[in-house]
Amino acid sequence: MREFDYQRAYDVAGAVALLDADPDTRFLGGGTNLVDLMKTGVERPVRLVDIRELPLDRIESTPEGGLRIGATVTNGDLAAHPEVRRRYPALAQAVLAGASGQLRNMATVGGNLLQRTRCGYFTDVSRPCNKRVPGSGCPALTGEHRNHAILGASEHCVAVHPSDMGVALAAFDAVVHFETADGAGELPLADFYLPVGDTPHRETALPPGALITGVTLPPAPVAAHSRYRKVRERASYAFAIGSLAAALDIRDGVVREARLAFGAVASRPWRAAAAERVLTGAPAGAETYATAADAELAAARPLPDNGYKVDLIRNLVVTVLTELAEETAR
Amino acid sequence: MTTVTTGTTATTSVQAPSVGTGHTRVEGRDKVTGAARYAAEVPFADLAHGWLVLSTVARGRIVALDTDPVLAMPGVLAVLDHRNAPHLVTDYHGMLGTPDPTCAVFQHDRVPHQGWPVALVVAETSEQAREAAEALVVRYEQEPHDVEFTGDHPDAYPVDGHMPAVTEKGDLDAQLAASAVVVDAEYTTPEEHHNPMEPHAATARWDDGRLEVIDSNQGVTWVAGELANLFSLDPASVRVRSEHVGGGFGSKGVRAHQVAAVMAATLLQRPVRVVLTRRQMFSLAGYRSPTTQRIRLGADPDGRLRALEHRAVSRTSTVYEFVEPSAGVARVMYDADAHHTANRVVRLDVPSPTYMRAPGEAPGSFALEAALDELAEKCGIDPIELRLRNEPETGPVSGLPFAGRNLAACFREGARRFGWAERDRRPGLRREGRWLLGTGTAAASFPAGAAPSTATATAHPDGTFTVRISAADIGTGARTALTLVAADALRTAPERIRVRIGDSDFGPAMIAGGSMGTRSWSWAVKTAAGELRERLALGADIPAEGLTVHSDTTEALGALTPAERHSFGAQFAEVAVDVTTGEVRVRRMLGIFAAGRIVNPLTARNQFLGGMIWGISMALHEEAARDRASGGHVGADLAGYHVATHADVPRIEADWIDDTDPDDPVGIKGIGEIGIVGAAAAVANAVWHATGVRHRSLPIRPDRVLSAATGATDV
Repeated sequence: MREFDYQRAYDVAGAVALLDADPDTRFLGGGTNLVDLMKTGVERPVRLVDIRELPLDRIESTPEGGLRIGATVTNGDLAAHPEVRRRYPALAQAVLAGASGQLRNMATVGGNLLQRTRCGYFTDVSRPCNKRVPGSGCPALTGEHRNHAILGASEHCVAVHPSDMGVALAAFDAVVHFETADGAGELPLADFYLPVGDTPHRETALPPGALITGVTLPPAPVAAHSRYRKVRERASYAFAIGSLAAALDIRDGVVREARLAFGAVASRPWRAAAAERVLTGAPAGAETYATAADAELAAARPLPDNGYKVDLIRNLVVTVLTELAEETAR
Repeated sequence: MTTVTTGTTATTSVQAPSVGTGHTRVEGRDKVTGAARYAAEVPFADLAHGWLVLSTVARGRIVALDTDPVLAMPGVLAVLDHRNAPHLVTDYHGMLGTPDPTCAVFQHDRVPHQGWPVALVVAETSEQAREAAEALVVRYEQEPHDVEFTGDHPDAYPVDGHMPAVTEKGDLDAQLAASAVVVDAEYTTPEEHHNPMEPHAATARWDDGRLEVIDSNQGVTWVAGELANLFSLDPASVRVRSEHVGGGFGSKGVRAHQVAAVMAATLLQRPVRVVLTRRQMFSLAGYRSPTTQRIRLGADPDGRLRALEHRAVSRTSTVYEFVEPSAGVARVMYDADAHHTANRVVRLDVPSPTYMRAPGEAPGSFALEAALDELAEKCGIDPIELRLRNEPETGPVSGLPFAGRNLAACFREGARRFGWAERDRRPGLRREGRWLLGTGTAAASFPAGAAPSTATATAHPDGTFTVRISAADIGTGARTALTLVAADALRTAPERIRVRIGDSDFGPAMIAGGSMGTRSWSWAVKTAAGELRERLALGADIPAEGLTVHSDTTEALGALTPAERHSFGAQFAEVAVDVTTGEVRVRRMLGIFAAGRIVNPLTARNQFLGGMIWGISMALHEEAARDRASGGHVGADLAGYHVATHADVPRIEADWIDDTDPDDPVGIKGIGEIGIVGAAAAVANAVWHATGVRHRSLPIRPDRVLSAATGATDV
């Protein structure tokens, strides 16, 4: 491991100033991903700015009826928060579906959004990877890609975003707040992650030197009736091979509002807008749900070994929406 | 099931037997408080740290190593590679045969697989060594590699290993043709890794003319012998110690890190420590080869086998011939008029595999016991009944008598406790919400053996005793078991016994391997302690330095009559399968074993459960992914290589029936391996019972279940 400098920031302006002074500096939140990557040489920062002491560890209701979640709130605290559980249950479920208790007690909301893909080629510096070394190639295309993207990928990169939390945030129209030396800004989650295209190394639309300060969830009554389902290759402590955040509002047998987002299918949490359009105003039922899933998955371009994800996501949509509908009817 | 006590009274006039009663580990407190030092934790003054540099190409030649810039880096003391490393001798026959050249590091410029050690960087700190090792530029002349393993590889050839490669009895084609029912199926298992919790670590130093190595291994006699041979040293001048071992499972023999540490300690004349990273372990610690196994069974309508063919192919490196003898299990389990088995090997540009818990039996039992289940289905016979109808009288290949074959008793007891009698044999009928439910069973066996060992038992004037033996406690509870055996032999309380292990200066002894460790060591300990008690009973004086008796079991073992000696077991599993997501969850498991006398029920149960849990892991999770293009692993860490988590492990019961071995002084057979045997087959058979789909390739991953559900074919 290369030697690095460590500093702790106590206010946002100070943290941003420290980062701005040196592009090889990284913010350190829980360190659950960054430190791993430093050990394997994927990340080689000259300096770490520890932001865990910043006053960004609160979850507060917004005047509009949403929630504002500070960037250094731990995953554990987020999942346990009564208002998160009441208003956005899929978010609490998503967070609890990730990692382990120990990791969730360290990992932060801001860091979760910025975590890197677990693609085995990305995490091994002896291999080519366009995300790590632009232009070096993507061995996953013809190599190990059972858990790679079926949506929104390119011939330059087929890695998936590993976050569970982000999938629920995508479904609930989260907005990411950040601070730079030039002032504050915000990005809807839908615009936060950049398309893969031919620049897979550019992952977010955050301006250089930005510090994520928090995430706002707008009020969404539909979210109170939501669920997160994660499928992985063992019962716990593994990244998803397919996941679904769903919320459903049915009145008189008709879908009034639906929210759907998929995990482990793309380089970002995948908001299923096409599926939602099919669902809205359609009669509730398995047939509608399957049609909606198919509408979204029509864009899927599976690789030789990950075609199962199309069936998996389709099945998850039908099953979870059916479960949600049954609970609504009760 | 078992009585658990955490100590016995030392002062009773008639000492109750300790063997057979549960005792917590004698070193347990040291382990949970951190007082127990593992190999990488033992402090040394003036310690230097070595870091291995592994090849990034799968085949070729080292053309250049740019060592000068690395030598100029902070703290760097030396770089060892094929140009300056000491010469090693490799044409010897050690305790377990000829050495895997993988451990004979830096002897030439050839690279036979990715992850081959090409250099060792030594520095003042571990961090400096790692940084320098990662900065070392190695240039290769790369050659095309082949890592593609298939069961029909044209280069496969038979290899004996620790059993004959091929056995053939009867006319297979004729018996198959005469069979009313035939099963012909191919089964595959993937590359699997030991992944002990504690990474391999060794510290070497020269002390007063002797080489001392503090190591984490499965046998100090073995490793000391290998090092003496490799470095052409007088065996008496090599001392290897390995007091606590955080798991081995077959992977902790002599490996590149010990050899590199000895080289560096010799060169620098100061202690040098080399620790493997988890990723390095995937290339350097050995692994279980993938297997492809074809099974053909022919039977009469009543299920009686007329033909049995088990042909297994495994993979090894180009530098070492190691066979995973999967077909061997058929030579023990079932007889048939025509009985053909074969173990063959393909050599590819991959690291050398090695022994891994139940080598041969673990993958072999998956294929054979799954095939038996398919035969039961085709015959319309209960799978247990089918096995009972095919119980052999004598060894199917050897013709030798069985020295205790209590398989039927295991099945009867297991069936009773699992509720097997109520089982509806038809598949795909039981549903609970989104889950399809099913149950499955499989038989298990593993050879019971012992190897020559020596021990000493010393009586002290204060009424306590010390037993010394070069045994290894790799988490099995061996140290505690030997304490109980010694206590009974000396008719005293375990608290009065101190068992010291893991030091090659204690004299030669068997390794912790082949399910033979505790049996081999107990034999030697009981012999020495028993003779000591007799001497004390005759009124021998105990001098201040103690009265010591030495034992050697070589002669006694040589007097054993040839027989089929094995442990047996019956595995049961209930699974739930969601065919819409591909998830498989084991709901409960039961294993009933006939595995000799159980010395310590508490730690024995651990052993059985550990094996069964690994069976779940083997059935559903474990698989190392190898990249065809580069020839190396992808995701070679514990995030990428999935082992069962606690959430995957349901209610599991392990128990045993009385099976005391009359030919062993303590009655032991050995329990280290049998827990995993048959476990994966029981799970796979249960998945068929739940879904109606046969999964013949492990692991039974969600994508495979999903594909089978949509394709409606067996896979």
